[in-house]
Amino acid sequence: MDLYEYQARDMFEKHGVPVLPGIVAETPAEAKAAAEKLGGGVVVVKAQVKTGGRGKAGGVKLARSPQEAEEAAQQILGMDIKGHTVHRVMIAAGAAIAEEFYFSVLLDRAQRRYLAMCSVEGGMEIEQLAVERPEALARVAVDPLVGIDAAKAAEIVDTANFPEDLKAPVAEVIVKLWDVYKNEDATLVEVNPLVRTEDGAIIALDGKVTLDENAGFRHEDHEALEDKAAADPLEAKAKALNLNYVKLDGSVGIIGNGAGLVMSTLDVVAYAGESHGGVKPANFLDIGGGASAAVMANGLDVILNDPQVKSVFVNVFGGITSCIEVANGIVGALETLGDAATKPLVVRLDGNSVDEGREILAAANHPLVTIVDTMDGAAAKAAELANA
Amino acid sequence: MSIFINKDSKVIVQGMTGAEGSKHTARMLASGTTIVGGVNPRKAGTSVDFDGTEIPVFGSVADAMAETGADVTVLFVPPAFTKAAVIEAVDAGIGLAVIITEGVPVADTAEFFAYAQSKGVRLIGPNCPGLITPGESNVGITPANITGPGRIGLVSKSGTLTYQMMFELRDLGFSTAVGIGGDPIIGTTHIDCLEAFENDPDTDAIVMIGEIGGDAEERAAAYIKEHVTKPVVGYVAGFEAPEGKTMGHAGAIVSGSAGTAQAKKEALEAAGVKVGKTPTETAELMRAILTK
Repeated sequence: MDLYEYQARDMFEKHGVPVLPGIVAETPAEAKAAAEKLGGGVVVVKAQVKTGGRGKAGGVKLARSPQEAEEAAQQILGMDIKGHTVHRVMIAAGAAIAEEFYFSVLLDRAQRRYLAMCSVEGGMEIEQLAVERPEALARVAVDPLVGIDAAKAAEIVDTANFPEDLKAPVAEVIVKLWDVYKNEDATLVEVNPLVRTEDGAIIALDGKVTLDENAGFRHEDHEALEDKAAADPLEAKAKALNLNYVKLDGSVGIIGNGAGLVMSTLDVVAYAGESHGGVKPANFLDIGGGASAAVMANGLDVILNDPQVKSVFVNVFGGITSCIEVANGIVGALETLGDAATKPLVVRLDGNSVDEGREILAAANHPLVTIVDTMDGAAAKAAELANA
Repeated sequence: MSIFINKDSKVIVQGMTGAEGSKHTARMLASGTTIVGGVNPRKAGTSVDFDGTEIPVFGSVADAMAETGADVTVLFVPPAFTKAAVIEAVDAGIGLAVIITEGVPVADTAEFFAYAQSKGVRLIGPNCPGLITPGESNVGITPANITGPGRIGLVSKSGTLTYQMMFELRDLGFSTAVGIGGDPIIGTTHIDCLEAFENDPDTDAIVMIGEIGGDAEERAAAYIKEHVTKPVVGYVAGFEAPEGKTMGHAGAIVSGSAGTAQAKKEALEAAGVKVGKTPTETAELMRAILTK
């Protein structure tokens, strides 16, 4: 789960990372009040969206008075930045910036440990820095059994070539950022820029934090950080039903078991679609291992409610999942829907109890259901029906 | 022969007395796995009856190993307790720990992987179906009745795609099929399995299944080019998958690759690996190699 900047700011503050005062606002009036609360001086009004390039898009504005903050918020709220609508702004206290640095710590999947990256050349796009001047970006491996202690932080600032007088204060902030990473179960903590102000303070001016959802069980407060309003309504419905669902743009509804097989099903449908008017998958839906008839029926309910769906492809390889449950789920869902069910279903079953599952479907003999023996053949049939 | 497990493997189950653990212990026993014990400190000294086979419960992995000579453990332990259970198994000196549990915090995996590596213990998983050497041993949740022994080695991140591929090639059979799991950090990688299959005299050819995310497939491709002489066919899932959870800007820099299915396919093809467009087409590529 990616956090908004203001959520990252609050989390930094909780762990003692120096940040500037900041207040989130959802209306221009709230923005004005926030600027007044911050002393009535210079503030920065920043769009809260989970994407980069806010500044270039006009989503970050300097305001010299509460009145200007209100006007800036008026302009920014509702703005579209790379497909993200701005619903909130953060009013941040202004600061006189002398220098900008970069720091991040993240999971290094390839090396199966953590990696800290740090540069005295912050502020700019870090991908660009990594490509153009890789020597300016220090990369330091972090042992998961040790973490970033004072010695590791000293190594990081040395490797990044900080000037002598800044090494100690920056290292101190880095240790605190590691506290955030470790104690909040983050997979990414990125500060860009980390700044030195003209009065010599080291401050995390903008932060990105990604939290590990698997660790939610030991962080009860993390659920409140989730942006439920931003979810697609079908995705929200699926989530409430505990289904692993992602909405896509095509017209062939997909249900399968196991993330790998479902991903593969999307590809096979798109491949088959090349011969059928270029139809594409409408969603990703994994009913998981050992799914019951009820789970299958819930999945079908979500997909049939997607107005973009023209045909549905149920692709199950029964490992633990029994094809009997899948077949019963399909028959049950179609019975419940009655005349409301109008979209054709192509079903391919293999594996655990496949003969019994196919018999259940054959006995029900529903006019909307077509059974196809192979995955590629079923994908072609579903694509054809979506293009009819 | 086979890789990692064979007919002599003696397996214990951590979490055997839980719902998932007992269900799958019964399945593993039914498929011929030598299960010698379970571990649960609160039920030490008792035993569990699996269709007439009494499996003793030990108080610790160390006790179970001392009593039974177990060399493999499989874990069906809830995510919150997985780290402690793995560390216990590593400390007891087990050779191989197979972690089926889904939903383990990645920080826990990073820690227990680093610890296991320092002690020379192989981990498979977490969040994986385990592995099967058909006809000899089945450690995890792979259905044993899809296919029998043969000379194809299979390595995959995904469980159901493993089953699908075993089904497609059921007439030929497998030496060992390993589901390495899809988590960001896993104990055994594609490369580890490729190396083991290359060295296994009873494996003639290898199917490698990958999916979007990370750069494990790209690194595997480089490894194949340098070190693998046996034929490899590949399949990559996720061409149509939406962009996953972003790792922020820093993620792409670390992996050195966009992690897309297309990039992985191209890397594999550049290494001489034939890559199928669908699982069925991939199976046909393998069939053509083995039956020519």
